[in-house]
Amino acid sequence: MNVVEVERATLRIGGRTVLAEASFAIRAGEFIGVLGPNGAGKTTLMRAILGLLPPSSGILRVFGRTPQCGDHTIGYLPQVRTVLPDLRVRGLDFIGSSLHGERWGLPSLTRHDRGMIEDTLAAVGARDLANRPLSAMSGGERQRLLLAQALIGQPKLLLLDEPLISLDARHQEVAIDVVRKVCRERGITVLFSAHELNQLLGTLDRVLYLGNGQAVLGTVDEVITAPVLSRLYGTDIQVVRADGHIFVMSRGRDVEGSAHQHDHGDGGHEHHHH
Amino acid sequence: MSITITDMFQYEFMNNAFAAAGIVAVVSGIVGYFLVMRGQTFAGHALSHIGFAGATGAGLIGLAPLWGLLGFTLAAGVVMGVLSERISNRDIAIGIVLSLALGFGLLFLHYYTSFATQATALLFGNVLAVDRTMIATLAVLGLITLAALALIMRPLIFASLQPELAEAKGVPLRFVSTAFLAIVALAVSECAQIVGVLLVFTLMVGPPAAAQRVTTGLWSGLALSAVLALGEAWFGITAAYYTDWPVSFCIAVLSALGYFACLAMPALWARRSLGGRANQSA
Repeated sequence: MNVVEVERATLRIGGRTVLAEASFAIRAGEFIGVLGPNGAGKTTLMRAILGLLPPSSGILRVFGRTPQCGDHTIGYLPQVRTVLPDLRVRGLDFIGSSLHGERWGLPSLTRHDRGMIEDTLAAVGARDLANRPLSAMSGGERQRLLLAQALIGQPKLLLLDEPLISLDARHQEVAIDVVRKVCRERGITVLFSAHELNQLLGTLDRVLYLGNGQAVLGTVDEVITAPVLSRLYGTDIQVVRADGHIFVMSRGRDVEGSAHQHDHGDGGHEHHHH
Repeated sequence: MSITITDMFQYEFMNNAFAAAGIVAVVSGIVGYFLVMRGQTFAGHALSHIGFAGATGAGLIGLAPLWGLLGFTLAAGVVMGVLSERISNRDIAIGIVLSLALGFGLLFLHYYTSFATQATALLFGNVLAVDRTMIATLAVLGLITLAALALIMRPLIFASLQPELAEAKGVPLRFVSTAFLAIVALAVSECAQIVGVLLVFTLMVGPPAAAQRVTTGLWSGLALSAVLALGEAWFGITAAYYTDWPVSFCIAVLSALGYFACLAMPALWARRSLGGRANQSA
């Protein structure tokens, strides 16, 4: 069964076409690495899957339906994470705010909710974050907290938008391992967007590479090739394989590495809240 | 000294002051908690200044200042809420509107010269002049404010902590933030009756900021914020009674002391526990 089906779908924001007549299908239980240059539409695609941005033409189906905003079967870890630097709220209440957070009235955490939060925190190895304020957490700890939150409510599809940003190499490895372990156990389909392919090589089933308004879904060997990537980047791309690593180069420079440098303030994540 | 605490309750104006300040402090402490959590304290400050123009304007056309204050802050709160997502540089826009409003307040005062004594009361508060009618009005307004806040509290917290996720889960962000600013406008109008438009921070920002330094739980934070605001307001009035200093000054001092004490407290705890651990390992 296909979890996400995209048929000749066009996604536009602010008059700009991010994805033009793209078609692909993601199967249940797959771990998909979503890659592509800045502005290629990784965030936009996830927002479309969430039902926040209907395609201007074509079809986009999630679990066989037109996506509806507020679908509880989708866990989401957004990229633009507005965590106020001085937020003195403990982890439990932070996650608790997202449980039925769309309902009106007073917030309340039942014993069941509390247990669910604690279990999920334990599943990502972050039990101790429940009672610590966010302002006292490191980047890695916050990320873990957000990951736990995305897993709450037994989602069948997990959208992780750049979950590795602001983590050091060791914490990136840990984060990938945690996602892989939990999602394999629970049979969750994952869309995991990242800048760097190599860390995900051992984990991902297929790659969804975005660029130049196009989307190519396939195995690493099918997608990470000079002709495909040259088309997606709109420039000459060489793919160099060395020692189990794959380097995507343009005129001798590592494309992924340089993209990572100017991660913020790019055109791909125009979604601002302020 | 033979004076006892019961002396001050012989006066009706003191009883009124305690009642009014009590109502307002609890409302301010609770609404202010979310203002601090959302990092919108500047917006609260601006609303109070805009209210000043409303209050002096109301005086000009023969209305009670409170209604002018309410009308202007509510309108400004709603406008700010609706525009906030479009104004990328919010602080500057708010700052400019804030000074414009104060300027208008001055203009209205200029044409209504007998209003000069009331201007001080508006700017710095005059809780000792509160009458029964005002207490009833504040109580009703306070109940409306808290009821409205209770209605939107759950999505408000979600939208404050994680706007991107809240939007994905179907929380109407703009409605929630606009409704919240309208609630802040109500609270500011009430608060200004006690400590004046210039000092609304003393009850709306000091206590919640202090509470959030000490406790990280939601309900404990809200409760502590309300209790601190209440304590600071009542002790402020008491201190003013015995020293003859202005009430708002006393509340402002207590608010600042409370905040800095709470700021220092976790640091002291940490040092003590670190010291304890060092001793154990030695």
